[in-house]
Amino acid sequence: MHFGLTEEQQMIVDTVRSFVETEIYPHEDGVEKAGVVSPELGNEIKQKCIDLGFYAANFPQEVGGGGLGHLDFTLLERELGRGSMGLTHFFGRPSGILMACEGEQRERYLLPAVSGERMDALAMTEPGAGSDVRGMKCTAREQGGDWVVNGSKHFISHADVADFVIVFIATGEEETPRGPKKKITCFLVDRDTPGFAIKPGYQSVSHRGYQNCILEFDDCRLPSAQILGELHRGFDIANEWLYATRITVACMSVGRARRVLDLVLPHVAEREQFGQPIGRFQGVSFQIADMITSIDAADWLTLSAAWRLDQALPANREVASAKVYATEMLADVTDKAIQLYGGMGLMADLPLERFWRDARVERIWDGTSEIQRHIIGRELLRPLGC
Amino acid sequence: MKVLVAVKRVLDYNVKARVKADKSGIELANVKMSMNPFDEIAIEEALRIKEAGKAEEVIAVSIGPSQSQETIRTALAMGADRGILIETDDEVQPLAVAKLLKHVAEKEEPGLLIVGKQAIDDDANQTGQMYSAITGWPQATFASKVEFEGDGLKVTREVDSGLESIQVAMPAVITTDLRLNEPRYAKLPNIMKAKKKPLEVIALADTGVSIETGLKTVEVNEPEEREAGIIVKSVDELVDRLRNEAKVI
Repeated sequence: MHFGLTEEQQMIVDTVRSFVETEIYPHEDGVEKAGVVSPELGNEIKQKCIDLGFYAANFPQEVGGGGLGHLDFTLLERELGRGSMGLTHFFGRPSGILMACEGEQRERYLLPAVSGERMDALAMTEPGAGSDVRGMKCTAREQGGDWVVNGSKHFISHADVADFVIVFIATGEEETPRGPKKKITCFLVDRDTPGFAIKPGYQSVSHRGYQNCILEFDDCRLPSAQILGELHRGFDIANEWLYATRITVACMSVGRARRVLDLVLPHVAEREQFGQPIGRFQGVSFQIADMITSIDAADWLTLSAAWRLDQALPANREVASAKVYATEMLADVTDKAIQLYGGMGLMADLPLERFWRDARVERIWDGTSEIQRHIIGRELLRPLGC
Repeated sequence: MKVLVAVKRVLDYNVKARVKADKSGIELANVKMSMNPFDEIAIEEALRIKEAGKAEEVIAVSIGPSQSQETIRTALAMGADRGILIETDDEVQPLAVAKLLKHVAEKEEPGLLIVGKQAIDDDANQTGQMYSAITGWPQATFASKVEFEGDGLKVTREVDSGLESIQVAMPAVITTDLRLNEPRYAKLPNIMKAKKKPLEVIALADTGVSIETGLKTVEVNEPEEREAGIIVKSVDELVDRLRNEAKVI
């Protein structure tokens, strides 16, 4: 067992950290105020990433990606997590699900997504189908060899800048011992497809500048060639992607928590009240102790889950543990940080109130804390017949 | 032409330096170490010279403990072609560094040696100049611009009165100023390739060079803490305090 980073990993961490500090931090306040990343800025970040060979680092080299495994990529995303998501989105990380592209789909979707020519978004959630994904109402009906889609999706991150969207759609129903169950198929939908519209979503308290969108399908006709993976087997290819996004949320939470701690430590060491630095009060230093302990715990939990994926070991429970623990840790760390800064922590003059707001969504998206706990409990109890 | 670049492993510029309890030096255990920022600029300049077709090979040299290999790997990830580490755990003063670089240069015969103007740990600002003295190579220190002109170089230097241009014949030694260039990020493919590039480790004893310089660090101390300032209420009070307390007027 070895807990250190290799020289390559250390260099990846150092390079991405330095990139985020130099290329992302200076733009954060502007994006936070404007609520949007200008296309020029987005493209500039994207181009720099492409030039550095970091774009689509999560894809194999054979398709033009950076060839990083889960663990290396988790280290990369942990550092990215320090920066504002609206901006770090352009540090391109297309959805790994695109590896399911076959034949002509590779030329039209996979390769341009990896090269940065076309950007993707992924759509599953609907107003009536959040944690209960199979409750989706967005439906495709077969008609003359094509699929006609009707319905809507919401909370679709960065679809505003996407050239195409990977959409999960109900394509039928089957009877199971536990009642009828929807069959789900994954489709590739180009932005300009007739009958398909990408509309602005809601004003979110978290991650301003990282837009959420609403997708509307109105008799949108999709040829069978747009099916990613197999018909009715959308979840087969989704599962692996769901592992990756939960690890993304976990490690980005760790990165952000470390940035918060970087702001808190000098503050409590220097801020004086009652004639001494507040860090000398145990009431404060104990909070610092708890913060670093939980940050480290979340970090190791996440890295070990990513390592398990690299080793092809079962990791569903470990990934769920990392996601729930890291996101709840971030909520606690940002809350404590504001308490230690006092009133100033709530002012938009410091980035802490932003980290605190941003932290809130981490416990909800990509599987709520409740769903993660459900997965963990189920993995432990199912073998016991419970 | 080969370009030799010296890179030093130093306390990361973001880390607050702490003096060891026995005052023998700075605490380096468990703290982040990085390449001296001026040396990153030196590597960047060497790479630009190579990319402009004026050099064939960039060699990164470090002198220090085994961990200095990480610093060399960083240089290789930025794009240097190979590395040489002269390994020693002893304190190496600038004159000894200059002698060891001369030892390497005699074997490699580079057309240029580029070093940072100083290292951010001891701020000595001596290695380049001493190297020039013991080899007879012309020196261009505090370079803010390097251009090839004829058989030599035109180097712009930042001096107190402004910018000074000098011409030097080659082989020459250049020391880099902060504004010479902006070092690049390492590219991901280069990071992955860095491990495969050759890195030769030479024991200090095998160089036959003595690092005795007659200089020894006796003691290291924290700088004296500055007393807090005061705000005076009036010009009269200011004058009074300057005259009677500070006794400067």
